[in-house]
Amino acid sequence: MASDLVLNDVTKRFGTFTAVDDLSVTVPQGSFFALLGASGCGKTTTLRTVAGLEEPTSGSIWLGEQELTGLRPYKRPVNTVFQNYALFPHMSVRDNVAFGLRRRGMKDVAAQVGDMLDLVQLGGFADRKPAELSGGQQQRVALARALVNQPQVLLLDEPLGALDLKLRRQMQIELKRIQTEVGITFLHVTHDQEEAMWMADTVAVMNAGRIEQLGPPTEIYEFPASPFVSNFLGQSNLFAAEVVGKSGDDLQLSAYGERFAAPAARARATAGHVWLGVRPEKVRLTEPGQQPPADHNWVRGVLTDTCYAGVSTEYLLKTPWGQEMSVFSANQSAGEPLTPGTEVVVHWYPSHSFVLQRPDGHGEQPAPQYAADPLGVAP
Amino acid sequence: MTALIGTASGGAAPGTPPEAAPVARNRRRWSPYLLLLPGGLWLLLFFVLPSVQLAGTSLYDRSGSLETGYQQGFAFSNYLDAIQAYWPHLLRSAVYAGIATVICLVIGYPLAYAIAQKAGRWRNLMLVCVIAPFFTTFLVRTLAWKSILSDNGALVEFLRGLPLIGDDFRLLATPAAVICGLVYNFLPFMVLPLYASLERLDGRLLEASRDLYATPVQTFRKVTLPLSMPGVVAGTLLTFIPAAGDYINAELLGTPNQYMIGNVIDSSFLVRLDYPLAAALSFLLMATILIMVFAYVRRAGSEEVV
Ligand SMILES: Nc1ncnc2c1ncn2[C@@H]1O[C@H](COP(=O)(O)OP(=O)(O)OP(=O)(O)O)[C@@H](O)[C@H]1O
Ligand SMILES: [Mg+2]
Repeated sequence: MASDLVLNDVTKRFGTFTAVDDLSVTVPQGSFFALLGASGCGKTTTLRTVAGLEEPTSGSIWLGEQELTGLRPYKRPVNTVFQNYALFPHMSVRDNVAFGLRRRGMKDVAAQVGDMLDLVQLGGFADRKPAELSGGQQQRVALARALVNQPQVLLLDEPLGALDLKLRRQMQIELKRIQTEVGITFLHVTHDQEEAMWMADTVAVMNAGRIEQLGPPTEIYEFPASPFVSNFLGQSNLFAAEVVGKSGDDLQLSAYGERFAAPAARARATAGHVWLGVRPEKVRLTEPGQQPPADHNWVRGVLTDTCYAGVSTEYLLKTPWGQEMSVFSANQSAGEPLTPGTEVVVHWYPSHSFVLQRPDGHGEQPAPQYAADPLGVAP
Repeated sequence: MTALIGTASGGAAPGTPPEAAPVARNRRRWSPYLLLLPGGLWLLLFFVLPSVQLAGTSLYDRSGSLETGYQQGFAFSNYLDAIQAYWPHLLRSAVYAGIATVICLVIGYPLAYAIAQKAGRWRNLMLVCVIAPFFTTFLVRTLAWKSILSDNGALVEFLRGLPLIGDDFRLLATPAAVICGLVYNFLPFMVLPLYASLERLDGRLLEASRDLYATPVQTFRKVTLPLSMPGVVAGTLLTFIPAAGDYINAELLGTPNQYMIGNVIDSSFLVRLDYPLAAALSFLLMATILIMVFAYVRRAGSEEVV
């Protein structure tokens, strides 16, 4: 509790546009908290209200017992790694990093600055100007400049966006290590779902100014709370279904004339209209002529596309009712992938299903299959 | 200039066929000079040649006159005579122009800052207001100030009515009036370059500064001011240089006691017809300004501006 970061009903409006909508969240002290969401969903705005660069239209922000709302930014024990770095172009890397320490009246900053630059592997770059650095190096300077102040909360606004994959992985490990070491609360904004799951203790999925779901990565991935989350974090196959009964711990569902089962413990709604969901990698393909195991959920279909991706093959198939479904299949045997046009049966353990609420009228059309919803306006 | 040549000698783009390369390279090597040609000709015709001519004139033997004709000589004593006779005017020019420049900076910086960062949709209107005085001529504007500052004008009458200000208080014909006129006339030259550099100032840097514990004053000193330094240097130069050579303000708003070097040059050329002395004074003024500007730019540490 000591100094958890707490946002209470924070709303931020720009004119009539609501960028952050009645957001309440508690970020435990010392945790690595990832804020995940599509572009424009209000992540940066949320960080800015915490940093004090934007005052919330309503609501309050607390750091432990201290109210942050209303405090000037330079009075808050919070630092930001900006999305666009915002390095001071007229100062050397060293002076950029020393900026915060000097403003707080510290004189002997050389050692701290040097250590910090070593930490982000920029020891030899101290005398350069930001314009003489690559994008990734600038990003690391921005990180060092914020981190050196040892704030209580570090706000990171897509700090790894400009890095190539290798450096990105390296920095992710590095960030995680630093975070565990210094025990600072990290509030990390990203729209890279892998990065969020990979690094954070807690992931909050944001959509249109609200948090749709919050929890440990496994929980969010395995049991998403809404169709948006199920397709934003990875992909899901969603079928419009009705709950028709219950047997033991399982719900009985009917969709497009087929029967399915799903554990009641993995259901967000236990009656009426629902979405039946399953992750593509949980679904198995049965070659023509073979039978799926008796107690599995299964669907018949025709392969429409086959994407071989080395470690796995991604199949797209069309169900008899015209819905597209995707299946990831690990390439464990040496055989050729199935060719499009093949009739197949796909099946999965009922316990891998999850059940989401479906408002009336949704899903008369087939549900969106792919995470390809860049604007985040999924139902 | 060096940058231009630098890129030009970069050679042909990779992938250009070998035979075509020399032609392309030649064309590239020459293009910067072609671009410089019109400006170079202009400078040659209207700056270099007159300067040489003026330098010659400043070394004429002063025993001649316009009627009898001058003897081209190397009378460096002209410069000594000029300094001896008119050093107070030279000094006064530098002091008046310096004070006017500082006042312009003090007035102009907040104004430019407000226009660039805070004015929002009023920005263009405010810029027009800054430039508006240019729509009337320099002379007329200064004459207007003459009547504003005059002894029986409303301003002086109002000030005389205030306690502690005596009845013989006056504005016109004082150094203050001349400096006022300089400030008024050259303020736009200060505001516009300042505006240009403050307008480019990235607001996100100011946010970063606030986020890194800098108070508004520290943010100004450490981020805003250094980043607007090119504007400050350009503005002060554009104000100081013409102000130091100005003679209209001293002529209209001052008395011979406030005359600046420009007035002396003016009367030497046109009234006393002492061409060698006038030319020598012109060069002295140029040298004074160059030295001061050079020292200033060195100190401002902003060589890239010049
Ligand atoms: N100063 C502003 N005035 C008006 N609208 C704004 C302002 N700042 C942000 N917005 C709007 O608020 C919404 C949220 O913006 P925000 O920058 O928080 O998005 P984001 O989630 O960080 O997106 P991204 O991932 O692209 O960085 C956007 O639709 C944006 O257009
Ligand atoms: Mg953002």
